[in-house]
This record gives sequence, C-alpha cells and structure tokens, in this order.
Amino acid sequence: MSSSAPELASRLQLVSQLQSICGHEHVLTHPHELATYRSDGLAHYRQIPVAAVLPGSADEVQRIVRACYEAEVPWVARGSGTGLSGGALPIAEGVLIVLARLRRILSVSLEDSRVVVEPGVTNLAVSRAVGPTHFYPPDPSSQIVCSIGGNVAENSGGAHCFKYGFTTNYVTGLEVVLSDGEIVQLERDAPGYDLLGAFVGSEGTLGVTTKITLRVIPVPQSVRTLVAFFEDTGAAGEAVSAIVSAGIVPGAIEMMDRLSIKAAEEATGAGYRLDAGAALLVELDGPDEECTSRLEQVMALCSRTGAMDVRVALSDEERALIWRARKAAFAAMGRIAPAYYVQDGVIPRTRLAEVLRRIDALAAEYKLQVANVFHAGDGNLHPLICYDAAREGEAQRAEELSGLIIKTCVDAGGSITGEHGVGVDKKAYMPSMFSEADLDTFQRLRCAFDPHGLANPGKVMPTPRLCGEVPGPYREHPLERAGVATRF
Amino acid sequence: MPRQLRPATFEEAAAGLAAAAAEGQSVRIRGAGTKLDWGAAGAEPDVDLHTTGLDEIVEHNVGDLTAVLQAGVPLARAQTTFASADQMLSLDPPLGRGNAATATIGGVVATADSGPLRHRYGAARDLVVGMTVALSDGTIARSGGKVIKNVAGYDIAKLFSGAFGTLGAILAVSVRLHPLAPASSTALGASGDPEVLSKAARLLTMAPLELDALDVAWQSGWGQILARLAGAEASRRIVRVTTLMREAGLEDVDAITDDDDLWARQRAGQRSDGALLARVAARPSGLAQVLRATRSCDGRLVGRAALGLSWIEVEPEVLGALGDELGAQATIVVLDAPPGIRDGLDPWGAREGTELELMRRIKMRFDPAGACNPGVFVGGI
Repeated sequence: MSSSAPELASRLQLVSQLQSICGHEHVLTHPHELATYRSDGLAHYRQIPVAAVLPGSADEVQRIVRACYEAEVPWVARGSGTGLSGGALPIAEGVLIVLARLRRILSVSLEDSRVVVEPGVTNLAVSRAVGPTHFYPPDPSSQIVCSIGGNVAENSGGAHCFKYGFTTNYVTGLEVVLSDGEIVQLERDAPGYDLLGAFVGSEGTLGVTTKITLRVIPVPQSVRTLVAFFEDTGAAGEAVSAIVSAGIVPGAIEMMDRLSIKAAEEATGAGYRLDAGAALLVELDGPDEECTSRLEQVMALCSRTGAMDVRVALSDEERALIWRARKAAFAAMGRIAPAYYVQDGVIPRTRLAEVLRRIDALAAEYKLQVANVFHAGDGNLHPLICYDAAREGEAQRAEELSGLIIKTCVDAGGSITGEHGVGVDKKAYMPSMFSEADLDTFQRLRCAFDPHGLANPGKVMPTPRLCGEVPGPYREHPLERAGVATRF
Repeated sequence: MPRQLRPATFEEAAAGLAAAAAEGQSVRIRGAGTKLDWGAAGAEPDVDLHTTGLDEIVEHNVGDLTAVLQAGVPLARAQTTFASADQMLSLDPPLGRGNAATATIGGVVATADSGPLRHRYGAARDLVVGMTVALSDGTIARSGGKVIKNVAGYDIAKLFSGAFGTLGAILAVSVRLHPLAPASSTALGASGDPEVLSKAARLLTMAPLELDALDVAWQSGWGQILARLAGAEASRRIVRVTTLMREAGLEDVDAITDDDDLWARQRAGQRSDGALLARVAARPSGLAQVLRATRSCDGRLVGRAALGLSWIEVEPEVLGALGDELGAQATIVVLDAPPGIRDGLDPWGAREGTELELMRRIKMRFDPAGACNPGVFVGGI
C-alpha cells in the first residue's frame, strides 16, 4: 500500500511508541516476523499489518489502543488466530494487537461458579482450572488452542451448545478497552443497558477485552454416548426430530454424511460403518437416572426411524473413539480433495431434509463434492465444499456454490453463520439476511462504542460505513480522506 | 392526559412513534402496564404507545422449539399455546398483581423481568433469539433471526432487553422454547440461621443435580431453601437433594410433587404492595450477608440462591440502612415504591463513569430525539 511521507512518519512514530510501551521484543514489524500473523484460521485471506504488538498486561493494551487513537490508526485484536471468518485478518495500514501473552487465570471461585481470566487463556484451560468438579460448557472444536478472548468476540458455540448454550450465556463480566483508550467494566445484572450482551459476539469491532469473568457449572454426573448409522441423512434427520419431539435435550447431537464418514473413518479407523449414508452421534449427559432412561428412549427412537445399527459406548475409550471420527472430519477432508470451503449456515432443524436435497442438487450441478458434518440439534450445518484449485475454474465454482448454499439456508428461514462469525468472509452475505434499515441500526451500536471506526474496521458490515456527527470536534476519518467510505 | 396510540401493525407503531418524536413529544411505550411505575418517576408523557394491539402469536414452530411473538402477546396466553405441545418459554416472572396475569412478552423483555426458572434457563435476554424494533425516527429494524443458533450481526435484542423502552419500541421477539417436563418435584428445608441457608444453597449449587430452580426465601426470622427438579425421574432423584439439605443442617426437610403453589409464592414475593421492593445483585457466596441484612432491616426476601439475585421488601425508611448492611459489592435497584417515596428517589443507583457515558451515547444513537420513555432509566436516560 502506498503512503504519503507524513503518514509514513506518523506510522514510524507510532511504532516507536508501541516499542516503548511493550518493549522492542514485543513489537514485530519485519515482514518475515509478521508472516505468522497475516491470516487467521481462514488462510486464503492474507494481509500484513504495519506492526504486530504483543502486550503483557491490560495496562499495556490500554496504552496501545490510546496510542492508535491519537495516531488515528485502526487496529485488530487477535487471540489464537483460529477463527474461521477472517475476523482477525490484519489491516494493511493498521496494528495487530496479539493477546497471546495475556494468559493468566486470575481467580477461581467455585462457590460463586465463577472464574476470572485474561483473554489469551485457552478455552480448554478454563475447564482445566475449574476441574474435575466443574467445567466451562462452550466447546468449539479448536478448544485446545482457541482463546477465550476470541470466543467472546465470536460468541463461540461448539458441539454441546444445543443443551448448554453459547459463550454469551456464560460471560458475566468483561473489562473492555474502548477505541479511545477508555476502560469500561461491563457486568451482567448491573443497572442500565446490557452492554455486556451487546459486546459478546461483536467480532472485535466494539473494543478489546482485557479481563473476562465466566460462569462455570458442575460436571454432569453421567455421560452416555452412542452412534447410530442410517441409510441416508433423511432417516437420520427423522431420528433427530423424534428425539427432540420426545422432549429429550441431548448434550450433543451430531450428524455426518456418507462422504464425511468415509474421510473420517479412513483417517481414524474409529469403526464407523462405510456402508452407511449417515452417522448420528448422540451424547446424553446429566443425572444417572435421567441418562439411563433417556438412553433407552433414544435407542428405541433410532430403531423406529430405521437405524441400521446403534452402538453405545461402553467405556471412556469407546466414547473417545466415537468422538474422534467426528472431530477429525474437517481435517480428514484432505483425503477427498486438496482444498475445501467450509460454510456455517443454520436452518430450522425441521427443514433439514429439503435443504440437504437442495445442497445435493446444487453440488451435482456444479460438479463438486460436498461433505456434510453438522450440529443436528440446532440446525447448524457445516457443508465442506471440496475442490482442487489446480483444476481451472474449480475454485471459483466452489466459491459460487458456497454462496448458493448460504442463500439456501437463509431462504429456509435460517442464518448465514451459526458460530464462525461474519468477519470478512461472510459480510457480502449480510444483505441476504438483513435489510438496509437493519444494517443501519447495527451501525448505531457500533458508532456509540467506536465513533471513529478504529476497532476492526472492514469486518461484519457489507460496505464500509462511517459514523455521523457526535458531540465534540469533528475528525476527518482516514477512510473518508482516502475516499473509500462515506459518512453514515 | 397523554394521547393514546393503539397501533395494530408494526408500520402504525413506527409511524406513530416517529410522528410524536418529530413534534418533540415524549412517548411512553407500554404493554399491559403491570410494571408501569418501575424506573425513575418522570414527567407525564405526551403520548402512550400501547403494544397490546400487536398481540399475534405469529409462529409456533413445534419441531424447532421456537416461536415468534408480537410484543403485546400476554405471556400467559403464549404459555398456554406452547403447553399444548408440551413446550414452554422458560421465562416465569410474576405476570401481574394479585390474580391478574396480563403481563405481555414485550413488557417482560423490556424490563428484563424473570422468575425462578432463570436458575437453569437464564433471563429473557438468553431466550430471545431475534427481535423487531421501531426507533423514534420511524425505522423498523430486525436483529438475530428465528433459529436458536446465529451469530450474524450485532445482538440488538440484548441491548433492548431491560432497556425499559428507552431505545425504541419492541414490536416482536423470536424466542427459544424448551420441552415441558413430564413431572417435577421440589425439595424444601428451613432454618433461622442465614449461615445454614447459605451453606445449603452452596452445596446444592455445586452438586451435579441439574436443578430447574434453586430459590431462597426469608421472612420474620425464618428462611427456606427450595430446589426444583424436573424430568421423568424427578421424584426418585429428589432424595439426593433432601439428603444434601439435611447434611447442610436444614430442618423440616420435605419433598413435594404438587409444587406449583410454592413457586407461585416465590414469584409473588418479587412484588410489593405498599412497601418498597428492591432487586439486589450480589455474589452468590454473599447470600448469608444478604439474609442478615434483610433480617436486621426486618425485611422479606425471595431470591435465586445460585445467581446472587434477591428481591427484598422493606419499609421505605430503612432503604439506606439496607444498603449499608449489604455493602458496596451489592447493587440495588428499587422496583416497587409507594408513590410519595418514588418521587424523590433514584431507583437505579448507577454511578457516574465511563459505563454511564457509553450508555448515554447509545441512547443518543438510537433515540436522538429523546422521545422514548425519557428520564425513566439509569443516569436520567
């Protein structure tokens, strides 16, 4: 990106300020060092920022944000960089604030069902800190590495959220640095607007968290896991409906189709049936008596809806094996195709059969393979659109197909994203779900938190928008100056 | 006397709101009016915008466990519909004074009111998955959707939940439903010692029981812990709860399967007729202190023991003393108060600071005309 001489000078001055805040060793500016940070989990979006800075304390985060504010330089906060929507994609003319060093567990109070952590703590580390009696329910599949700060930004879900809910249901307190460097303490049940609720899931566009209080809950007394195999996804979908209609709320209920079973089985040897068109993994957890009676009900319902085979895990090892195939499904897709797009659409669960038929038809039309792995309880699909970039036009066809699948989800009354976030990847689809008036209303919230548009600009909203007049002196926006955005 | 607007459509509601705002008039957005005197006492509004004409249950998607309700739907009516499919909206606040059950879903959400089921299922903001609102410039906007899992766009529904209508009018909500359990059972035990009650609550909170509700009650020197289990095996499982209650030192421990009246009583305790009722948020581990404060102020309490939320009824003159006894860690919001007392009171007790400044900026962005329920909310919003 070309820059004018004054801009370059001011950027150099900012870098030197960042160095004095965090120490030279924690400010990366060389393209070679920055390569690690050029993308998040969605590697086809890449950008090298002016600098990546790794603060070691909340105070340093605040000073960094204030320095950026004074220099009118936008910034992006990044946790572990496992996000799947490009939400932590750096900005060429901005700073990347990497929170990986803020990984202390600050306090644990099981009496209060609370744990207080810094944003760089991994999701799994929270459960470890409160174990063996308690756990933190939201469990994105990247939980070994993904950070709680990132989970808060994305309102992360996971396999167990049908029963237990999402990140937003577990965050009870946040310390947030706003884009002007001010710190706010957001608490659940504090008098006033639910700023905490508005912040969780805002994808880093309203500020950056420096301290997070989470609710944790007791580990269920019992866990029973089974996998049922069906001729096709339609029959497995009927089983899901039958289970949910019976008033059963499984801890997790996951479905894989023929292609994903094949890939996962080849990768793990978990013993999934290769002649099955669908595998349904059902996990019941809770008090012993309820688990036992519900397990019998689920087995009966699976048989009634035509299951070829139902296998109940009889040991922890067998349970781990059943899960291994499900968790390996994404990575195993490399055996089917060199590359894939993963989508994150949501549909009302009752529309599952027709949506899957539509996806099959679209895949045939586009001459591409689509594997389906999904959270069946809440209708969150993860179609994996396989392609080979080496074949001419295939990547583009895959991208088009990906967009049509999302449209199918929205048309069925669903959403463009259930847990991955909008980021840069899905912002173009926002108008398929929201009207101009809806988007303008979103912007009001963003403008209240970040009137100068410095926190993660260019994400979530389909087109760049700026904020109108606010009290205080007018400041020309860098994007406005560059002519790439107009005032909202 | 305020002008009365009774829109029958979203468009009428938005146009009525916008027309009033354009003329510089203040608009009070109201449902059934069961909580109309909550919040700061302000000047009489120019216009009353009633949502009671927006009373359609738009969708009940039985297989998806979701529903779309217009704001003026009485919660009791919605629950009857859901119950016919063995489902419920897990939101059980008091629905009115005495036997009246008129509270609308819009009013419950706008005031963030809740009941005992909050223990397991969360508050209104945790159950609302989408919302349609009208802003004072006539905008009709939607956020979220009608599926239970969705992270697209900002969560405007959470911002409007508990905003007391100060950002605009809630026109409709999409909600997540839960299965109605085939059976339930409630264990209860008593003590006159706040420490014993607190210990029992702690043991029950930390045990993997999957309680539907865990409440505490206190009146006239005597307290009770109530723990509700729901599910086919509830009456068998309740033994584990009563055992823990006895271990904690509770007396008169019993289990009751016909438990609706017990919980109706807990809900009723969240209102006061004639005295002052404050909602107190504290750390769950501070329950003994909250109970001691209630005792020393000769108050009455119901609360969600594991969440640190209590509703305390006291005579108005001891409100200050209650605050002192509760300590700085607790936040107190006054809900009910006799008219003479309310006029001189800031019911919110919110401190000036960057948080309040941020809230004022939000108010300004959503309702720049300042038309929606002016003055009733925190910090004069």
